Amino acid sequence: MTRREFLEKMGLGIAATAIPATFFSVVKPKQLFAQVAAEKSKVRWAFLVDTYKCVGCGMCVRACKLENEIPYDTSATRTWVERYVETKDGRRFADSPKGARDGFTSPLIDLGMGKTQEIKADEVQKAFFVPKLCNQCEDPACVQACPVGATYQTPDGVALVDRTWCIGCGYCIMACPYGARFFHPATHTAEKCTFCYHRITKGLQPACVDACAFGARSIGNLKDPEDPVTKIISTERVSVLKSEFGTKPQVFYIGLDEEVR
Amino acid sequence: MRHSVVRPLLVVAAVVALILVARVFLVPKDFTIGERGYRFGWHRLGNEQDWKNFTVKYQGNDYCAACHGDKIEAIKASPHADIQCENCHGPAVRMVDGVAKQHPADIDKLEVDTNPALCQRCHAPLPYASSGRSKIRYMDPVPDGECVACHNPHTTTMEAAK
Amino acid sequence: MYPNPLIHGEAWTLKELFVLPNENIYWSLQIVCYPFMTGLVAGAFVLSSLYHVFGVKQLKDIARFALVFSFSLLFAAPMTLLLHLLHPERAFNVFSTPHFTSAIASFGVIFFTYASIVATELWLLFRKRFVEKSLALKAVTGKSFVQKIQYLFWTALTIGGFDISHETLERDEKAVKIMAGIGIPVALFLHGYVGFIFGSVKANALWMTPLMPVIFITSAVVSGIALCTVTYIVMNSIKKWLSARRAAKTRSIDAGVANIDLGVIKTTANYLLAFLVAAISLELLDLVFRGYTAVKSWDALRSVIYVHDFIPVFILQYGIGDLIPLILLLSPRLSLRRAAIAAAFVLFGIFMMRWNVVIGGQAFSLTFSGFMHYELPIIPHDIETYKEGIFGALTVFTVPFVLFYFIKKILPVDPEPKA
Repeated sequence: MTRREFLEKMGLGIAATAIPATFFSVVKPKQLFAQVAAEKSKVRWAFLVDTYKCVGCGMCVRACKLENEIPYDTSATRTWVERYVETKDGRRFADSPKGARDGFTSPLIDLGMGKTQEIKADEVQKAFFVPKLCNQCEDPACVQACPVGATYQTPDGVALVDRTWCIGCGYCIMACPYGARFFHPATHTAEKCTFCYHRITKGLQPACVDACAFGARSIGNLKDPEDPVTKIISTERVSVLKSEFGTKPQVFYIGLDEEVR
Repeated sequence: MRHSVVRPLLVVAAVVALILVARVFLVPKDFTIGERGYRFGWHRLGNEQDWKNFTVKYQGNDYCAACHGDKIEAIKASPHADIQCENCHGPAVRMVDGVAKQHPADIDKLEVDTNPALCQRCHAPLPYASSGRSKIRYMDPVPDGECVACHNPHTTTMEAAK
Repeated sequence: MYPNPLIHGEAWTLKELFVLPNENIYWSLQIVCYPFMTGLVAGAFVLSSLYHVFGVKQLKDIARFALVFSFSLLFAAPMTLLLHLLHPERAFNVFSTPHFTSAIASFGVIFFTYASIVATELWLLFRKRFVEKSLALKAVTGKSFVQKIQYLFWTALTIGGFDISHETLERDEKAVKIMAGIGIPVALFLHGYVGFIFGSVKANALWMTPLMPVIFITSAVVSGIALCTVTYIVMNSIKKWLSARRAAKTRSIDAGVANIDLGVIKTTANYLLAFLVAAISLELLDLVFRGYTAVKSWDALRSVIYVHDFIPVFILQYGIGDLIPLILLLSPRLSLRRAAIAAAFVLFGIFMMRWNVVIGGQAFSLTFSGFMHYELPIIPHDIETYKEGIFGALTVFTVPFVLFYFIKKILPVDPEPKA
C-alpha cells in the first residue's frame, strides 16, 4: 500500500467513525431511555371551565392581554370567549368578536365581513358562552410539530415557546386542533396561552382566573388529590374539546354543549 | 485515488464536518432533551426560567387593600364583591417602554374608565335565559352620558362616586 | 404601542361566519411555491435518471439538460422557505437542533443528501471538461489576472481528479448510473416528505390523508417532466431564431440549429402522460373517498371544494391543468408546439394543485362553520406583502432561470454534435 493510499484510507476511516460519533454529543442514550421511566414532577396543571357561570364579560381576555403583553388592538388572543345562540326554529349561530376582548355588549351576532345577524329575544332557544384557551395537552401535537425545538412541554405539563429560538415557520400553529396559537405581532414568534406560567409557579392564579368575577375559571394540580379542582374533575361530569385528535387536552369543561366547536 | 467518485464525497463530508463544528458555537449549552423526552421536551432548558421571570402585572386585591381599604370594604359589601380592583382600573404593574412601572411608586394614578362600555360588558341586556348572564341586572346605557355619573361602582348605590 | 397590530396572515385573510380569533391563512403563496419548486427539482431529476439508469436512449440529450436544470432549481426551493420564515436568520436552527418528530426537520438531511447526489453526478459527468479547461489554462504562460482566476476555478472543480483515461471515464459512467439510481428514491423523498408535512397534520381535515405523500410524489414527477419539456423546446426555438437572425444580418447561409428530434419529445410525452394519469387517479380517489365517507368535516370541505373554490379546483386544476393536456397529448400527430403548450398547461395545473391544497386547507375554519378567503397581495405595501405576494413568487420563479444561464456556462447542456 502506498503512503497516499494509506492516508486516504485513514481519512475515510476517521470521517466514517467521527461523524456518527458526534451524534452522541447531541443525544445521550442514557437520557433518552431515562425519561421514559420516572415522571419526576409533583405538579400537573389542569384547568376547569364552568360554562354555566360564564356571562361573556370578556374581562378574562382583557386581563390576559394586559398581563401577557399582547397588544390590545391585535385580533389574536391567548384566550377568548365564544357565544353560541340557537333559535327556536333550529338555526345556530356562534361568534367571538375580537375574541370577546370587549365583552359581548350587543345581541347582534358577528357574521364577519361587516355583516351581523339580528336575533330577537323571543326567538332565542338556547344561548351560552364558552371560554377557551390553550389546552396544555398531555401529548401536544404542536410540540411534536416544531422542527427546531423552540416549543416544548415543561415537566408540569405546560407547553411554552422559546422566543429566542423560534424560526417563525408556523407549523405548530397549523398543528394545533384548537386554534390556540398565533404569531406575536412584535416578536414574530409563535405565541399561545401559558397558563400564566410566570404566575402559577409563584403560587399566584392565572390572570384570567383572577379576572373572572363569576368563578367560571379555575386552575389546579391533577397530581394533588386534595386540590379542589382535581376533586371536581375526578368526581363530577366533565368533558374536553375534540378528544378524537388524541392530544389529551387538560382543560376540562362543565356544561359543554354538543354544539360547541 | 482509485475511484474518482470518492472525491466529491469527501467534499460532502467536509461540509457535514463544518456544520457539526458550527453548531458547537451556535447552539446554547443548555439545549437538551428535557424531562418530557425528545418528542415533547427538546428545548433550551434556560427558557423555562426565562418564562418564570416574566413580569407579574396584576397584583391582586390584597395589594390594593394596603392603601385603599375603604373602597375594598365598600365593594365587598356590594353585589360587585367578586370583581377585582384591577379589572376596571388596570394592573398595578405595567410595562412602559420595556421597563416595569408600578403604582404607586412609579405611576401616580391608575385609570378610572368611565366609558359605559366597561359596565355594559356585564350589564348589556342580552336575552340569554339559559346563560349565567341572566342573573345580572340588565341596564341600558344612557344615550350620551356615563353610568358612573349616577351609579357608584364600588357601592352600586345611586350616590355618585367621588 | 406596536407599529402594526396585524398579525402575520391577517393582511390577506378575509373571515366569514364563525372563525376562531387566532385563525388566519398563515401558510400562503411561498408555501404554495415551495412544493411546486421541489416538485420540479425531483421531477427533473427523475427524467434525467430515466436515461442514466433505465437507458431510455431517446432521452440522452434532454437528460443532461434536466440534470443541470434540476441543480439550478435546487437553489430556488429553499429561497421560498427563507421568504416565508418570520425569522430567516434563524434558519440554521433546522440544521443545528433538528426535532425529527417534525417532518419539516428532515429538510436539512434530505435536501443536503439530494444536493450532494446531484452535485456528485454532475461532477462525474462534466469532470472531463473541467480537466480539459484546467490543462488548457495551465499551458498558458504569463496568465493575465482573469486567466489566473479562471485556472484556479477550473482546477478547484476537478478536486484533483485529473485522470481522464478511458478506463477512468468508463468507471465514472458506472458511478453516474449508481448515483442516478440512488438519487431516484432520494428525489422522491425530497418531495414525498413535503406531502408528509401536510398529510400528517391531523388538525387539518383537508390535509390529513395517507395519500398526500403519494399524490405529491406523482405530481412532482409530472411537473418536472413538463418543465423540462417546455424549457427544452422553448430554448431550442430561441436558439434557432437567434441563429437565423444572425445569418440574415451577416447575409451568410444559415448553418441551422438542429431541430429537436421529435422522437425525444414523443418519448418524454409518454412518460408525462403515464405519471399524469397516476396523479389524477390518486387525487380523484381522495375526493371520491371523502364524499363517500362524509365525516364531520365533509360539509365544510364540500363548501370549499365545490362552491368557494370551484373555479381553482375544477376549471383551473382539473380542466386546464389535466383535461386539456390529456387531449392535446393523446391526439395524433404530436408536434413540438403542441407538446410545449400541453406541458405548459400541465405545469399550471400542478401549481394550482399546490394552491388548492395549501390555500384550500386553510379556506375553512377549525369550527367547520366558518370560512377564510385568501386575498393574494399584489401591490406590496410592506415587506410581508412583498415576500408573500405575487412579486415574491415572481422572484422565486425567475431565480432558477437566471442561475441556469450562468451554470450552463460551467456545465454546458447543448446536445453533443453527432459524430
